[in-house]
Amino acid sequence: MSRTFLAKNPSVLWFLLILSAFTLGVTLLSDAFGLDIVSTSFVKTLGKTLCLCLVALAMDLIWGYAGILSLGHMAFFAIGGYMIGMWLMYARTAEIVAGAMASEALPATAEELRNAIASQIFGVVGGSDLPLIWSFAHSFWVQLLLVVLVPGLLALIFGWLAFRSRVTGVYLSILTQAMTLALALYLFQNDSGLRGNNGLSGLQNIPGLADVSQADLSIWFFWASALALGLGYVLVAWVASGKFGSVIRAIRDDEQRVRFLGYSVEGYKLFVFTLTAIIAAIAGALYYPQAGIINPAELAPIASIYLAVWVAIGGRGRLYGAVIGAAFVSLLSSWFTGGRAPSVNLGFYTINWVDWWLILLGLAFVMVTLFAPKGMGGLFDLLTKIASPDRKGAPLGPDDGALMEKEAQK
Amino acid sequence: MSALLEVSGVSVTFDGFRAINNLSFSIGAAELRAIIGPNGAGKTTFMDIVTGKTRPDKGRVLWGERSQSLLSFNEAQIARMGVGRKFQRPTVFEDQSVSDNLMMALKARRGPFSVLWWRPAQEHRDKVAALAAEVGLSEQLARKAGELSHGQKQWLEIGMLLAQEPRLLLVDEPAAGMTLAEREHTTKLLVELAKTRAVVVVEHDMEFVRRLNCKVTVLHEGSVLAEGSLDHVTKNPDVIEVYLGR
Repeated sequence: MSRTFLAKNPSVLWFLLILSAFTLGVTLLSDAFGLDIVSTSFVKTLGKTLCLCLVALAMDLIWGYAGILSLGHMAFFAIGGYMIGMWLMYARTAEIVAGAMASEALPATAEELRNAIASQIFGVVGGSDLPLIWSFAHSFWVQLLLVVLVPGLLALIFGWLAFRSRVTGVYLSILTQAMTLALALYLFQNDSGLRGNNGLSGLQNIPGLADVSQADLSIWFFWASALALGLGYVLVAWVASGKFGSVIRAIRDDEQRVRFLGYSVEGYKLFVFTLTAIIAAIAGALYYPQAGIINPAELAPIASIYLAVWVAIGGRGRLYGAVIGAAFVSLLSSWFTGGRAPSVNLGFYTINWVDWWLILLGLAFVMVTLFAPKGMGGLFDLLTKIASPDRKGAPLGPDDGALMEKEAQK
Repeated sequence: MSALLEVSGVSVTFDGFRAINNLSFSIGAAELRAIIGPNGAGKTTFMDIVTGKTRPDKGRVLWGERSQSLLSFNEAQIARMGVGRKFQRPTVFEDQSVSDNLMMALKARRGPFSVLWWRPAQEHRDKVAALAAEVGLSEQLARKAGELSHGQKQWLEIGMLLAQEPRLLLVDEPAAGMTLAEREHTTKLLVELAKTRAVVVVEHDMEFVRRLNCKVTVLHEGSVLAEGSLDHVTKNPDVIEVYLGR
């Protein structure tokens, strides 16, 4: 079975090869392995980029394959980050508090220790009690489980309500965006139990690994991100191949027809929505320890819109397209907004890229949508000289998410 | 002979317009039936009701030996119970190959989890090949459905319908856009199919209906105007008035 799977999806093998070579290259050039050519902070940027590629894969599965333009997947990504961040912050604070209390005459009781941790974490929002949702924050394994469970359940409930009422197309996009916004606004409150707009910080310090340098930590997280991306790619490619892939692509193009074939369209949508939410959450759980901080601004609807832009620029409906789009646009974005791009002096006006990058990105998005619907992934068709048959008619199905003829030519 | 499908006293109104008015209809387990009627007679709405797309305001739709009511099921469940539908405009999945289209329609478990683990075995490939041969698309199996001609898409859709192995086939204008030879092939196929299952053909073309040589139901303004052999109904003065009077 696996041989035919790889034979049918040659891009999987190529992707894994390139990802391994890239990981090896960065590792050898990193600070952790002597040659300090790639700086620790850049290793972190690359590790974070791999996590963004993973969430882009999830987005491509739900949008490019199933035709559901979800504007809520970065919310699941951030929730994954929050769940792991709670353990990171709690356990790290526990270490510090225990260290400080060790010098006192009487050893601290568990109660005292707990209170000290709570006031340390929540002093910033004027609280001193540990909220109920932090009940399991001391346990790494429970929080790890929650990384999957909380976004999974949220997606399941939200998706069940939305798909059951047959909300489709742009209305569904608006609904998911509303969910994201509501979640962000809730988290901005100080009494939400997650430190309001301060968010969770100091996540780059891994409890129990105080002796390990950031250079080593960064490369470990880089490996973990690369591994997750590799596994995620194989999983998503496997889901999207075969009959399941056929059915979700059919749902994208004409869901009414799929119903008359006897498939429960809602069940499939819910399955894909929940699966991709879980993938996004895992990506987020790997991303935020590398970023070091998470706050409710990460859940802003704009983040999910960026995600859609990456996938569109990379090429909707093909997995490597989503990865290329996410990597290329996010790296380019950090270059432009990091102030490293030289300003262009036009004499009468100086183009400062920090301000103009968004306009450039927006323009690129419009251009790609209009003139190159296959995105950057379409360049591979030129390389492999895949002939594009000339067909009549623009969209390939009556539904809003239907693939356009030009996207599908391969 | 007990009826496979029994529709009785069904009415449906869209924004005050009565599309189906106290319609009753029944068909046996192995029967060919043609439904004719002028535009707006409610032929498509009738199909929508049977397949679960439209809920009637009142009336009963009973199915099978156990006379289950179809009204509490959705489209997918009704399709799984054995009602297949072919649309007037060929609707196939244009982005996918002919064999993928047929594979998807092949009778099998439809749940997301079973489909996720499902992989085609030799018997499935053989079945797809046989279906493709039946509808004359053997040479086109690897091509994308969107590249096919209009007539070939019609055939592909018929092939997908056969793959579902339905007990009742609802066929909307199967001969539209077909050549004379293709029409003959379609007629033969439908007559053959009706030996083992119920087939309802909605058609405008009287010549085609005559060739089917079966019982005819004439719809007019949402209810049955006449029923019987084609010769019988064409002699009916009401039918003559509806078809020729205006």
